[in-house]
Amino acid sequence: MNKPIPNSLRTLPDDRGRFGEFGGRFVAETLMPLILELEAAYEAAKDDPDFMREFQYYLQHYVGRPSPLWFAERLTKQLGGAKVYFKRDELNHTGAHKINNCIGQILLAKRMGKTRIIAETGAGQHGVATATVAALFGLPCIVYMGATDVERQQPNVFRMKLLGAEVRPVTSGAATLKDAMNEALRDWVANVRDTFYIIGTAAGPHPYPAMVRDFQSVIGVEARAQMMEAEGRLPDAAIAAIGGGSNAIGLFHAFLDDQVKLIGVEAAGRGLESGEHAASLARGRPGVLHGNRTYLLQDDDGQILEAHSISAGLDYPGIGPEHSYLHDIGRVEYVSVTDDEALAAFQLCCRTEGIIPALEPAHALAHVAKIAPTMDPDKIILMNLCGRGDKDIFTVARHLGEQI
Amino acid sequence: MSRIAATFARLRDEGRAGLIPFVEAFDPDRETSATLLAGMAARGADLIEIGMPFTDPMADGPTIQQAGRRALRAGATLAGTLGLVRDFRAVNDTVPLILMGYLNPILSYGVERFTADAAAAGVDGVIVVDLPTEEADLLLPHLRHHRIDLIRLVAPTTTDERLPVVLNDSSGFVYYVSITGITGTRTASAEDLARDIPRLRKATDMPIAVGFGVRTPAQAATVAKFADAAVVASALIDKLAAGLDAEGKAPPAIVEAVLDDVTALAAAVRGERRAA
Repeated sequence: MNKPIPNSLRTLPDDRGRFGEFGGRFVAETLMPLILELEAAYEAAKDDPDFMREFQYYLQHYVGRPSPLWFAERLTKQLGGAKVYFKRDELNHTGAHKINNCIGQILLAKRMGKTRIIAETGAGQHGVATATVAALFGLPCIVYMGATDVERQQPNVFRMKLLGAEVRPVTSGAATLKDAMNEALRDWVANVRDTFYIIGTAAGPHPYPAMVRDFQSVIGVEARAQMMEAEGRLPDAAIAAIGGGSNAIGLFHAFLDDQVKLIGVEAAGRGLESGEHAASLARGRPGVLHGNRTYLLQDDDGQILEAHSISAGLDYPGIGPEHSYLHDIGRVEYVSVTDDEALAAFQLCCRTEGIIPALEPAHALAHVAKIAPTMDPDKIILMNLCGRGDKDIFTVARHLGEQI
Repeated sequence: MSRIAATFARLRDEGRAGLIPFVEAFDPDRETSATLLAGMAARGADLIEIGMPFTDPMADGPTIQQAGRRALRAGATLAGTLGLVRDFRAVNDTVPLILMGYLNPILSYGVERFTADAAAAGVDGVIVVDLPTEEADLLLPHLRHHRIDLIRLVAPTTTDERLPVVLNDSSGFVYYVSITGITGTRTASAEDLARDIPRLRKATDMPIAVGFGVRTPAQAATVAKFADAAVVASALIDKLAAGLDAEGKAPPAIVEAVLDDVTALAAAVRGERRAA
């Protein structure tokens, strides 16, 4: 890292919910009192040992944490460079990192006396995780999901139904994650008094970006300790895929003050030049959407553009505000990977490690496959394998031209 | 005195509440919204709200969402909306115009450039739905410099303790979002308003307009009993949308029908003496 860090980067946001110029609370007045109430409740919970003990209890006994750190030996040999480790958050209950945050938020909902849960979902992983905790705590749950995503993520739609949640398809816009989030916010405005909105990514109005990060930071905290145990030192690079950015910030946060290169991988879709991608940092500019100021894909008039990615979980025209900040100060390097590169990495992972990854971490793996061969064998890469790919096999089959 | 202040002073003298109809700029095209603006002023609108189209209107119901989509398809931009205002001002220098929309197109246009151009075009007030008081410093100094009112939204969820925070530094009038919900869905009852409006009066001397869910002349009359103005949006857009032809154009008869509704709404608020 070239730039010195005068103070810790792990203390943000400030009391206005800002990470530098990003973040904030850009919501309608109807929601503002709720946002402030949520912030106060979260601040109190965070400092309450009983709350944190309960959170840890569910992470250990229900989610199955800590997730293992896996040395991907065959992959390392095949790539012929740096040693590659996977943080295996795909082994969590429900198959992705999303459940970490959902446990935290539903415990907070219960503490605040809320009786109805809503959520938005893209790939369906966050929807499944929310439906799961809602079932566990016996609360009614409504999940907003873009109609396009309902179509391409049928297995997860059915899972949510089995778990007792109501999935409401959203047909506005391109009918993907952005539109699902709009609709969830509309529901919340109409049902402010009894409803808790479990946001799935490290974005939205303050305190969500900080709260989601805190609940997900268990990923990096565990990985840091496991890395020390396995190798006696920290990795040279830590890599994660980014849609809104919750798994990435969850991994990165523990390493922000360390001499570890951090790399976030955005979805380049059909290529950055095609205009059909989800690379908010590479091709967007700062603006305000969904309650926070952050990098957004937008046109010259400030209208929000539709994102594209083969991965429904990365198909979002914005990014969490902390990532925008870490990008601007140069602490994290953000790169992008196309649909085709992610598909190739997906198959590589299946065949070399016997792990079917989700298409989201397949983006991270595609970048690992690019840089590992350029690094010495004594270097170490840590990658967040944040979800498993069972949900994606239909999409992948279609792209490979196979019928299942 | 600003056009907004002059208008509410006149309404006070006349002992009645005002009508604020809403037009989504460029819905379904520029010409129709220009015709509606001029027509509404002629049919008894006391102030007019102009919607600035945005792809992601989080506080709006299906009616205004679809109006925004039609407008964007017709080529609506913020510059185009300011052009509509300019054309209206060329022939009408009294009816206040309030722009209502979301922050991102304003940020994209440039805050200082927007406020300067809006003032030059003849905009009197701005409502930015996703700019709560806590973030208002982004816009407020620029608007004040150009003598444009930042109209504050107050909601049923705004507590008595919070009212002074929200109303601090506000000007023009207060916009009371009379329901917890999105535009054009539920309607506040007379009992709700009888409870809520006095609560606001205790916190402010500014005029109070009531919006979200006011659809019919009878509902506008109910609002006029308690508040200083009634905002009607979704009902007028629904009427317009239902009459669009196969190409999505608005035939003259449907524009006339929307304006007839404005006439009826204006008569309803005029028929109601203010309780206070």
